[in-house]
Amino acid sequence: MITPQPAPATGPFLGKLSLDALPLHEPILVVTFIAVAIGGIAVLAAITRYRLWGWLWRDWLTTVDHKRIGIMYMILGLIMFLRGFSDAIMMRLQQAMAFGGSEGYLPPHHYDQIFTAHGVIMIFFVAMPFITGLMNYIVPLQIGARDVSFPFLNNFSFWMTVSGAALTMISLFVGEYAQTGWLAYPPLSGIAYSPNVGVDYYIWGLQIAGVGTTLSGINLIVTILKLRAPGMGLMKMPVFTWTSLCANILIVASFPILTATLTLLALDRYAGTNFFTNDLGGSPMMYVNLIWIWGHPEVYILVLPLFGVYSEVTSTFSGKKLFGYTSMVYATICITILSYIVWLHHFFTMGSGASVNSFFGITTMVISIPTGAKLFNWLFTMYRGRIRFELPMMWTVAFMLTFVIGGMTGVLLAVPPADFVLHNSLFLIAHFHNVIIGGVLFGLFAAINYWWPKAFGFKLDVFWGKISFWCWVVGFWMAFMPLYILGLMGVTRRMRVFDDPSLQIWFVIAAIGAAVIAVGIAAMLIQFGVSIWRRKELADESGDPWGGRTLEWATSSPPPDYNFAFTPVIHSLDAWHDMKKRGHQRPVTDFRDIHMPSNTGTGFILAAFCLVMGFALVWHIWWLVIASFVATIAYAIFHTFNYKRDFDIPAATVAAVEDVRTRHLAAGA
Amino acid sequence: MSAPTITADSITATADQPVQFYDLDEHAHPEGHSTMLGFWIYLMSDCLIFAILFACFAVLGGSYAAGPAPKDLFELPLVALNTAMLLFSSITYGFAVLQMQQGKVKGTQLWLAITGLFGLAFLGIELYEFHHLIEIGATPQRSAFLSSFFTLVGTHGLHVTFGTLWLVVLMVQLGKHGLIAANKRRVMCLSMFWHFLDVVWIGVFTIVYLMGVLR
Repeated sequence: MITPQPAPATGPFLGKLSLDALPLHEPILVVTFIAVAIGGIAVLAAITRYRLWGWLWRDWLTTVDHKRIGIMYMILGLIMFLRGFSDAIMMRLQQAMAFGGSEGYLPPHHYDQIFTAHGVIMIFFVAMPFITGLMNYIVPLQIGARDVSFPFLNNFSFWMTVSGAALTMISLFVGEYAQTGWLAYPPLSGIAYSPNVGVDYYIWGLQIAGVGTTLSGINLIVTILKLRAPGMGLMKMPVFTWTSLCANILIVASFPILTATLTLLALDRYAGTNFFTNDLGGSPMMYVNLIWIWGHPEVYILVLPLFGVYSEVTSTFSGKKLFGYTSMVYATICITILSYIVWLHHFFTMGSGASVNSFFGITTMVISIPTGAKLFNWLFTMYRGRIRFELPMMWTVAFMLTFVIGGMTGVLLAVPPADFVLHNSLFLIAHFHNVIIGGVLFGLFAAINYWWPKAFGFKLDVFWGKISFWCWVVGFWMAFMPLYILGLMGVTRRMRVFDDPSLQIWFVIAAIGAAVIAVGIAAMLIQFGVSIWRRKELADESGDPWGGRTLEWATSSPPPDYNFAFTPVIHSLDAWHDMKKRGHQRPVTDFRDIHMPSNTGTGFILAAFCLVMGFALVWHIWWLVIASFVATIAYAIFHTFNYKRDFDIPAATVAAVEDVRTRHLAAGA
Repeated sequence: MSAPTITADSITATADQPVQFYDLDEHAHPEGHSTMLGFWIYLMSDCLIFAILFACFAVLGGSYAAGPAPKDLFELPLVALNTAMLLFSSITYGFAVLQMQQGKVKGTQLWLAITGLFGLAFLGIELYEFHHLIEIGATPQRSAFLSSFFTLVGTHGLHVTFGTLWLVVLMVQLGKHGLIAANKRRVMCLSMFWHFLDVVWIGVFTIVYLMGVLR
């Protein structure tokens, strides 16, 4: 039984912040901090030693180039992935140990923060940056554009995401993180039951990152609608661009709901309002409804772009055009719409009554129809194709086999009576990891292996890629199938210790599975390292290493700043395949000046102010809240007085860049 | 496979008519050609925030927790006056846009200033109302009804505040650079924002005040 706790003391200058906020009594955190500090100092020293600060600032931090921003998103996702996975493996170890009277090695206060942070980080700061980075990099290239519609906004969105991630990471060493689970249901997340700063870190980290996500969603929708190359009607867009469009529509249609909901939770905590409290008319269940009205579309935001990736990969590596392009597009749109009317299946047990539960159970099951149509389309694309089992294709096949199982357990959970048994059990945990790892992560790995040569001009090493692949796939099945079994036996999620010794074997198997995944992650990092080391051998001068079919393969690898010297004209779906087939002639003379947006440090500076404001809000340092808020607004206004935001790349520069490509192509032919 | 090589497919392809694969005579997109669409989509995302606040008010609007109800609190004549302020400000903003289309900088600035004054009047009346409510004990903490009332109406007021700040910045920018394309675009964006707030207020006036008093 949790009882309300008194609020900690606050001072005028530092708010609730004091030396007690540093977790010096937790050896795990102290060691982690020392390691992070040493690593951080080493990186900073290296940048200083090799005089890279100017390069870093000019070419990367202030860039408005969608390709560089895309790569930075991917790096953010990768770093946060390592953090999120550390949390995962700590949980697996704890649960495998804590039997027969053993308390394991994690105290409750720490364990509860770990499962919360794991969920939040994996969804918001791993999956979201990964898919946003991917869309940022690929979409403008696929539609033959030179950049996104609002390049500065793109830079700002990225830094807001970083800012939210940074605030979340600070909680590791200053104060604590929420102990509420990743959606922070009240009344547990209310001020009475969570009087410390954990939930505040949660709220402000997500609010800051949420601004970035919403703006980048708007940016990509407008980009896709307005910047397509001449001739590319909506039904000639590559499938990845289609699924990105739908994912971004979902972002814009759902993230404001999260913003509003978390604002209300913050008001309850900071201003003493009664939206989600148990007394004075508040309704905690309203929070659960609101957060899932965002939360369910969110899982489709994550998986839809990857459905696009699988489509591109299957078609390319089967050497055929995609089977059922039109049905693929309509299936995507159906999923987009349906994802909005299923949210209640997350809490059938709330007691809404049989008719409401039936409605949401049926809509949930209906989603499996367009998803199934997609799967058959991929299979029929492979049918009678000349399939090349390169790494992206291997990940795609692994996805098909894994995701189908996850989808079917999802349909099981969609049956309200079954859900009453399985709600909040490890069966649910197994289900959503089955679809998120099998659907989102495998797709990201397919995408990284597929588009890496486009981004860097050399392929990824196959040997280490295969080791990573097999460890991931085998490790995934070992880690999560035991959870299905445990869930069916009635074991609930988020438990720290167990009484029944007969359950231990399953947790041990799951922990071994997690260790195998860890080897897979290590192999992937080695794959990146080895590939960079051997980049000369793995180099691809053609810009089209896989025999690609869409426009991103029409330009060099990595593409020049302006993407395309001349905007391509599109005559059919699979535009680049069409150009190759009909023997197009790449223009090699008469280049023109190209108009491009200028870099700016404004996004970085504004996001830095927001980070300070978030930290000050968490710790109730009111003077700093006001100061950083005023600074943010003032600097944003200052930025609007800058009317010169673009420049021309002279034709001579374009000609020089294109001549290099002409020579490379001639050498490769 | 290297890029422009002729593959086996091309033998069967219909290569008889010349097809243009590149736009050789390209003209740059006019600056800011996507801004209106982008801003419109932003407004729709903002609209969703209001939708959630309206939904909360719909759910919690009757949860008085034995405290005051709308009938005890709202003075419709005052709210009607406030509504008039905002509606007038929308009309005057329209006049500013007309002046802009005739290329008159001073006229645009003048009507923007008048719009700003109406906006401030609206905010002043709203703050007076809030102050009065808090003074008689109808605070946001008193009940879920009052929490959702203050949050919905306050969020709208916050938007008007930022709109007014934007208005001032825009008047300065018009003074500095005149009616250049970038400034015209900004006037149109703020125009959409301002009218959007008007529409939201119609919803607030109807659902919160009028229907609240009937409750």
